Amino acid sequence: MAIGQRDPHTGHMTTGHEWNGITELNSPVPRVIFFFLGAAFLYSLVYWVLMPAWPIGVTYTKGLLGANQNLALAKSMKEAAAARETWARHIETASYDEILADNSAMQTVRQTGRALFGDNCAACHGQDAKGGKGYPNLAQAPWLWGGTPDEIARTIQFGINADHPDTRVSQMPAFGRDQMLSRPDILDAAAYVETLSGTAPAGEAERARAAKGKEIFAANCAACHGEDGKGKHDMGAPDLTDRFWINGGGPQAILDTLNNGHQGHMPAWDGRLTPLDRKILTLYILDLRAERK
Amino acid sequence: MFGYHYRLERNAIGLVLAIVVAASIGGFVEIAPLFTIDETVEDVPDMRVYTPLELAGRNIYIREGCYACHSQMIRTLRDEVERYGPYSLAVESKYDHPMLWGSKRTGPDLARVGGKYSDEWHVAHLINPRDVVPPSNMPAYAWLQRTPLEVKDLGLHLKALRQVGVPYTDDMIANAAADARNQAMPDDGGAGGLTQRYGEATQIRAFDGNPANVTELDALVAYLQILGRLTDAAYKPAAEGG
Repeated sequence: MAIGQRDPHTGHMTTGHEWNGITELNSPVPRVIFFFLGAAFLYSLVYWVLMPAWPIGVTYTKGLLGANQNLALAKSMKEAAAARETWARHIETASYDEILADNSAMQTVRQTGRALFGDNCAACHGQDAKGGKGYPNLAQAPWLWGGTPDEIARTIQFGINADHPDTRVSQMPAFGRDQMLSRPDILDAAAYVETLSGTAPAGEAERARAAKGKEIFAANCAACHGEDGKGKHDMGAPDLTDRFWINGGGPQAILDTLNNGHQGHMPAWDGRLTPLDRKILTLYILDLRAERK
Repeated sequence: MFGYHYRLERNAIGLVLAIVVAASIGGFVEIAPLFTIDETVEDVPDMRVYTPLELAGRNIYIREGCYACHSQMIRTLRDEVERYGPYSLAVESKYDHPMLWGSKRTGPDLARVGGKYSDEWHVAHLINPRDVVPPSNMPAYAWLQRTPLEVKDLGLHLKALRQVGVPYTDDMIANAAADARNQAMPDDGGAGGLTQRYGEATQIRAFDGNPANVTELDALVAYLQILGRLTDAAYKPAAEGG
């Protein structure tokens, strides 16, 4: 270090460096920095004693306050459960009809159900529950598996074509791809299915097709969809006579379904959602449908 | 004390070395104990490794930068546990090299997304997210469905991971490419020894809906469907106080 000189104006030493006659003061570090450094160090001493801090081989000092995120979470979950205990127990124990008739309970169902539906169901069925291509409309369309609360709850719990042992199972076979029906037979059946939902055949050729298709339908489709095409709840077979289509109506979509089949998949929510959450969702859907009517 | 510092400041190499030493103390105190404290990573004997197909999916997840918008870490907070499920345990990313915990959520956390949605949903969603979630701002990854999966180097990936402690066996490494194909092409002569090597719970099906070939979409959906399901340790009531 070059020897600094005392600066006559401030009384401080200089660093001894000089640039074009300008020198640099070598002023001491401000006191306040040492004050905060000391304060921070004292704080850390207190923190080491109170909180988990120092490693000791295979374990560590736990701290006097016993801070633990896992326990803190368990506590806040318990508090949350306690805060909703009154209405939660009511919803858990009361029957579906009782709750649906109870306006204050339904207010809670609407609030909680909306969040639950948004987090878990909306990805497929849409935030408004109206579904989309491949995903049933829960708000308006007739039920595939029956619309009683118990049936809805069962679908939510075990899913459809899911990996749960008690899951509901249903499949529309690929009549064309798997060569179960010939190409002309499929065209005839498709023409007949179109007429089921009230579309009049476009011409004489279509009318003849549909007439032939009726027999093919009776032999191949009626087992699941029913003689009248109104579907069967125990098979999860959709009603073909209404205006709702899961995989699209219209000639091309119907033909595609007959050719390639469909097997929708609804995950089982057993284990992922609590029984209370599932009951709230069942009530939420029932309420949604009641509103739409 | 300051006199010593003045001298140190004038010795460039000495100052650099002193900075390295000082900065290492913090790192050492924070990181080293994680290797010795025995509750850092929970002991879960049934934790299984990624299959070659799932690993390939994980590599695609990294390649496409999914981690930039999706975390895989459910924190110990009530709102996260209520939305996503039990909080993430360290053991669940024990075989993740690198880990993909992330910290930014433009999209939702994916730590427990496995089994939450159907394969068909994932396929539709990856091809165009707006088809199933209208307000989504996630990019479309439609080409994954058209891109055949590169399987021949998967054995080397397994081998590399074994170097860092993932317990892949010689058998797994030797059969990696065949296992990847068999997991996504169930119609193609059965699954071979896949379930023997990776466990009965291994999901074997045409993840992208097409059993005729193995695409990158197969791999990514297989990976997404296994997230959070390599062990069920997190679902067991945690009795220990930490």
